[in-house]
Amino acid sequence: MRIRRITAITAAKITAKFCRMVGKQGETLAGKVAMMIDPGILTFLAGNVREKIFVVCGTNGKTTTNNLLCSVLEAQGRKVVCNHAGANMLNGCVSTFVLNAKLNGELDADYACIEVDEASTLHIFPYFQPDYMILTNLFRDQLDRYGEIDITMNLLKKAMEMAPKMKIIVNADDALSAFLATESGNPYVTYGIRDRVFEKTPVNEIREGRFCKRCGAKMEYRFYHFSQLGDYHCSSCGFQRPEITYNASEISTKKGLSFRVEENQVRADYRGFYNVYNILAVYAAVREAGLPVENFNELLAGFNPENGRNEQFQIRDTKVILNLAKNPAGFNQNIAAVMEDESLKDLIILINDNAQDGIDVSWLWDVDFERLAEDGINSITVCGKRCLDMRLRLKYADISSAAEPDVEKAIRERIDHGCKNLYVLVNYTGLYASHNILKRMEEQG
Amino acid sequence: MNLTIGHLYPDLLNLYGDRGNIQCLKKRCEWRDIQAEVVSFEITDEIDFSKLDIVLLGGGSDREQMLVCRRLLEIREDFRAYVEDNGVVIAVCGGYQLLGNYYQTAEGRIEGLGIIDLDTEQGENYRLIDNIILESDLFSMPVVGFENHAGRTNLKNNKPFGRVIYGSGNDGKSGYEGVVYKNVIGTYLHGPLLPKNPQVADYLIEKALERKYREKITLKELPDLEEREANEAMCQRLKGKVSRPQDQMQLG
Repeated sequence: MRIRRITAITAAKITAKFCRMVGKQGETLAGKVAMMIDPGILTFLAGNVREKIFVVCGTNGKTTTNNLLCSVLEAQGRKVVCNHAGANMLNGCVSTFVLNAKLNGELDADYACIEVDEASTLHIFPYFQPDYMILTNLFRDQLDRYGEIDITMNLLKKAMEMAPKMKIIVNADDALSAFLATESGNPYVTYGIRDRVFEKTPVNEIREGRFCKRCGAKMEYRFYHFSQLGDYHCSSCGFQRPEITYNASEISTKKGLSFRVEENQVRADYRGFYNVYNILAVYAAVREAGLPVENFNELLAGFNPENGRNEQFQIRDTKVILNLAKNPAGFNQNIAAVMEDESLKDLIILINDNAQDGIDVSWLWDVDFERLAEDGINSITVCGKRCLDMRLRLKYADISSAAEPDVEKAIRERIDHGCKNLYVLVNYTGLYASHNILKRMEEQG
Repeated sequence: MNLTIGHLYPDLLNLYGDRGNIQCLKKRCEWRDIQAEVVSFEITDEIDFSKLDIVLLGGGSDREQMLVCRRLLEIREDFRAYVEDNGVVIAVCGGYQLLGNYYQTAEGRIEGLGIIDLDTEQGENYRLIDNIILESDLFSMPVVGFENHAGRTNLKNNKPFGRVIYGSGNDGKSGYEGVVYKNVIGTYLHGPLLPKNPQVADYLIEKALERKYREKITLKELPDLEEREANEAMCQRLKGKVSRPQDQMQLG
């Protein structure tokens, strides 16, 4: 058995190396190779993890939450396996364990932090059952792959049944996630934002969870933070937002984020209100794992996103921020974050329709691009395979834009002729390429 | 001139960017100085069809569609009278299926409004998911969109909305997509349908104005550069290709 395992690990490592040499990411293939040689490898290596295994699920914030959790655990001197790049289906998960294993066939790790695509939970949990699942939120995403949000919820319900001891760390402000956790029979704790933060929230947003998942009646909301996240209750069956275990209060989004949770004042140099949830989820996970949080801010400071989530670049005299925006809820939050920056800015929006992006781009019409008509936008350039759809979407928001399918050309043009403050919002498959282009341009100066 | 657009149950039927259809109809009226008022109805609201010039019925998840279905059966006769009186309806996906006699799934039969004599049955194995291009007798410009449906619709003796150039259409076999009945268009096309197909939006507006003002209407031409280029790009990209939804990895 050991020989087989070692062969699998070696073959996977060679595969990954070869893929990198030819410029591909290769995680998925490496995982596939390992599983073909040794189908028991994932169960064995997961069993090597000395302390806890966390999985992160949910539509938005998976990668940021997972990587942040990994970074915080590492800052405490723990050894962690983590699928940083976000390869989050079965083979990606396998390769994370296998590529971190030593050539003697063993894995040396205290913790595992694995983000898992919701549908893949059913393929992964037969091999190991995590100690914790962080469930961030459920929004509309990649409709053509999942069909409908109800299907995703059913998949997660089954996943929770498969791992009955797994504790759910759930976002209480999302009625859909909270419903799953509270009805699952699994142990759970919650995080969230108990009190109203914004006096007014945009009314146009498409929201999930308008109807009670338990009884079907119309749900009532005392307020929304954004999308469907807020304080809800059903007057028909009594379903309501559960008591919040880890609550963020005194929230400020001026000059980075700050908020209070328990007796700790948390500060982070991130933009975007939604990051309060990501940080809060990590805080809850660290506390649940029984680790100290006194130096939480220092732990956070060590985290530098290098995966195109709010990643910053300096290219000559232009500051560039790259961010992923792959569904309406994420996009609305990204637009809010862009508009928080009061100085003049150029904006590039890249929309592809490859398999991983979802080949249906109708979700663009569920995003509130109308907000971009406010002051402060110098120009908008649309890129990618569906740039003409994006340009048309903006036309119906009374916003003009220039179409340039090639994102590299668009970036160069804006660096030369723009207002020195550039935001690049891309959907999934544009991320890797845009990241590499910006990185290269930054190095070349 | 003015038009009233009734959006039926957008809080339940709002999958796949359907509100883009409303936005499109409204803008294209405004660009021509036609006043367009959009009235959104919730499931408990009374609908006075005599006050409406265009009705939009979108698609929802199975669960939500069931809720809507129950309500629609209560107002079936009013809806039917509106359609028979040449009222303009654009029904997309789930909305299209609901206009027919029934939707038969593995779990049971959902009764439709029976306003148009067509039947829908849940297909086995896979959903029909892909981009789609149609050629319609109503327009010279092709109709482009996106389809995502488990149902296979049998049109019987009705007139289809278009012939499928790329994609699956009503049932993946007949080569036809959607239905045209009086001033009703029923179709599986999302995208959303109307922004990239201004010819369809204008057809609906024109029919609604003609019905309301009882005269021949010729709408003012709009430049539509962005619309045409987006439509054309999709046609070019899929030209000569064959859609194979059965090869996709799909979930239960």
